Amino acid sequence: MSEEAPRAMKILIRVLFIVPLLIFAATLGYLYFGLSPDRDPRAVPSALLDKPVPDFELPPVPGLEAPGLATNDLKNGGPVLLNVFASWCVPCRAEHPVLTELTESESVPLYGIDYKDKAEDAVAWLEELGNPYAAIGHDLDGRAGIDWGITGVPETFVIDGEGTIRYRHAGPLTRQLVEEEILPVLEALR
Amino acid sequence: MIPELGHFALILALVVAVIQGSLPMLGAARGHSGLMRMAEPAALLQLLLVLGAFLALTYAYVVSDFTVWNVVENSHSAKPLLYKISGVWGNHEGSMLLWVLILTVYGAAVALFGGNLPERLRARVLAVQAWIATGFLAFTLFTSNPFARVSPPPLDGNDLNPLLQDPGLAFHPPMLYLGYVGFSMAFAFAVAALIEGRVDAAWGRWVRPWTLLAWCFLTGGIALGSWWAYYELGWGGWWFWDPVENVSLMPWLLGTALLHSAVVVEKREALKAWTLLLAILAFGFSLLGTFIVRSGLLSSVHAFASDPTRGVFILALLGIAVGGSLTLFAIRAPKLKAQGLFAPVSREAGLLVNNLLLGTATATVFVGTLYPLLLEAMGGGKVSVGPPYFELTFAPLMLPLVLAMAAGPFLNWKRADLAGVLGRLKLAALAALAVGLGAWFLEDRGAVLACVAFGLAAWLLVGTLSELAERIQLFRAPLAECLRRAGRLPRAHYGMTLAHAGLAIAIFGITASSAWKQEVVTLLSPGETVSLAGYDYRFEGVERVQGPNYRSDTATFVVTRDGGHVATLNPEKRLYPVQNAPTTEAAIHTTGLADLYAVIGDPQNPEARDGAWTVRLYHEPLVPWMWAGALIMMLGGAVSLSDRRLRVGMPARRRKAAAAAVKA
Repeated sequence: MSEEAPRAMKILIRVLFIVPLLIFAATLGYLYFGLSPDRDPRAVPSALLDKPVPDFELPPVPGLEAPGLATNDLKNGGPVLLNVFASWCVPCRAEHPVLTELTESESVPLYGIDYKDKAEDAVAWLEELGNPYAAIGHDLDGRAGIDWGITGVPETFVIDGEGTIRYRHAGPLTRQLVEEEILPVLEALR
Repeated sequence: MIPELGHFALILALVVAVIQGSLPMLGAARGHSGLMRMAEPAALLQLLLVLGAFLALTYAYVVSDFTVWNVVENSHSAKPLLYKISGVWGNHEGSMLLWVLILTVYGAAVALFGGNLPERLRARVLAVQAWIATGFLAFTLFTSNPFARVSPPPLDGNDLNPLLQDPGLAFHPPMLYLGYVGFSMAFAFAVAALIEGRVDAAWGRWVRPWTLLAWCFLTGGIALGSWWAYYELGWGGWWFWDPVENVSLMPWLLGTALLHSAVVVEKREALKAWTLLLAILAFGFSLLGTFIVRSGLLSSVHAFASDPTRGVFILALLGIAVGGSLTLFAIRAPKLKAQGLFAPVSREAGLLVNNLLLGTATATVFVGTLYPLLLEAMGGGKVSVGPPYFELTFAPLMLPLVLAMAAGPFLNWKRADLAGVLGRLKLAALAALAVGLGAWFLEDRGAVLACVAFGLAAWLLVGTLSELAERIQLFRAPLAECLRRAGRLPRAHYGMTLAHAGLAIAIFGITASSAWKQEVVTLLSPGETVSLAGYDYRFEGVERVQGPNYRSDTATFVVTRDGGHVATLNPEKRLYPVQNAPTTEAAIHTTGLADLYAVIGDPQNPEARDGAWTVRLYHEPLVPWMWAGALIMMLGGAVSLSDRRLRVGMPARRRKAAAAAVKA
């Protein structure tokens, strides 16, 4: 018996020393997945596609002139864009000029949800970059984000005149993406 | 011609690295002294060759040789000389060359200054270094050749990303790499020790200076990067929990843990396997950082060019280096004999707590950084983990760490008296209470956490200083006796005191600038004044100024306080026509207690540039303390490095080595 216990202990210690290697192997697997050429960061399935927009009502961002946002604002007869952003989100900064261009060239109304963001940060951010949004809902606690099934910022939705979600993109918009996906969807809805 | 010479030198360096990685290792296994001794000249030769290649590329940049593709992509004939030179590493290929250069500098340093290492260990350490060099030289040559030519050559280059044309960023990558790559030394020592199957006090003493050196550079590199973000990005922030920032923080946290656990190995021969694991992981995280930055795996403000083949290559390197060493660890480490036993309350236990907290902090940053990828792999969609996550997880881990940090140096080895230690921290506790409550009353804004952090910083600062005072019996013994004691105290102790005090000062800065920053965003016409935190900023107007490779709208603010002139601020908005990229150049005046920070936006009416402009002014309290704290920490590392114990008097492993050293 006294022989057995240390032996079990020894085996346990051996196993313990293999743990770092196992964790590393798993991490390596994930990293490899990240590099896979088949990985399309844009292809995010959405349970909300072709469903009506969820019921929500968000106050305006304090300190900003833009009004708040509610479900009915998105059902105005023609297609609209909804963009979820935050001042702390770096990709949002990258897609901001693309959004601004899109609203200017396509004259499509753009609405925003400011996700888990301090009001003063959001105001400074929009002051700096310009505000292309017709209305912005302030989703400080992320409650509306849950209803919308937001997995991260930025996300962009195309909504038709009846308030049905027709398209969703997770991640920053690029000019190429706008050309190839957003514009055709908007075209089809007009 | 010169670029070809550089390319050729790089190929030769790869050949030398392969030889340095194989023959000395064989020699060490067979006990063949001649083969082992090949490692040193090989390491020096490798340094010369890589340095030659690096200088060749630098030359191509300085003379604006636009037949070299890399120069075309990243330089411009009108660029100032400093940025022509910093442009060498301001791009992927050149920065990999810098990476390898620094690696060979460390290898050569072991060859030159490692005379007191046992022959076998030195041969193995240099061979492991050469393996790493082989991997990265092959990576540079096969996937990122900086010497590729272009035909026909264009008339002028595409210029360097203007955000990178900045003195702070010119020195940020070399510093950061000196830190990252510096951990390769600890790694090489760990792998060599695992191959040898022994770790002892002497090993701990050899590993420490290299780790300390790497830690100093990494501290400086992170601080420089943060400083750059602070004044160049013009957001008034200095840390954004961006993936690229996180991957430099993780090796720093683990390197800090390693520094402390190596002390335990050195003094008490305990925590051996743990220290080896930390050495492997600290370098593993440095490689992971290189991988994430170079593969474009995660989105970041630092938009580097990404290329999947490069990503797979670095991932393979990471897999071989870390996977291989962890396998070795799993086989060999359980056989290491721990000698020093210690009580639950002791210096060793205190350092173990430090290690566990730092390790956990690293894990939270790791999870936060890679979680988006993890979730995506599970089919969960894309996520962006923002600062809220890190503030919630990282900060609470730092609180107990700082609490324990003041007490740690008071603890005795083996067994300490906790009640006695706490008794000696009375002054620190009083200071913490006074500062915390003082901040709470002065800033009646209910920022309770910030006041707690202020109290903790005071606790750490006073605790650290009172430990030093106790060592030298300040105010208890006559002055002469104090001075005698102060003179006898090892420099490593002063290094520790400085580094801990530096962190306390940095915490004051970090807390104040996060909690009590004030800002105003407004439209101002020339002649108008706006007040912020007791200072009046008068806007004088905007002028168009032509720079060497940009044009700038330079605004002038005259800052006064109670009518007295304080400073003139000139924030700029620059446009670099070659890349058609604008940058904001913040103007910062520091009073030592706060930074007055001004940025200009756009004119209200683009046609009327003498009209009203959007301006942003920040009052950033105690931000200078953050940089000062980082500098003091680096200074502490440097003082500790100069400790006599690390320069001379290395404990000899065997009697023979000791005898040889005496003869020499």
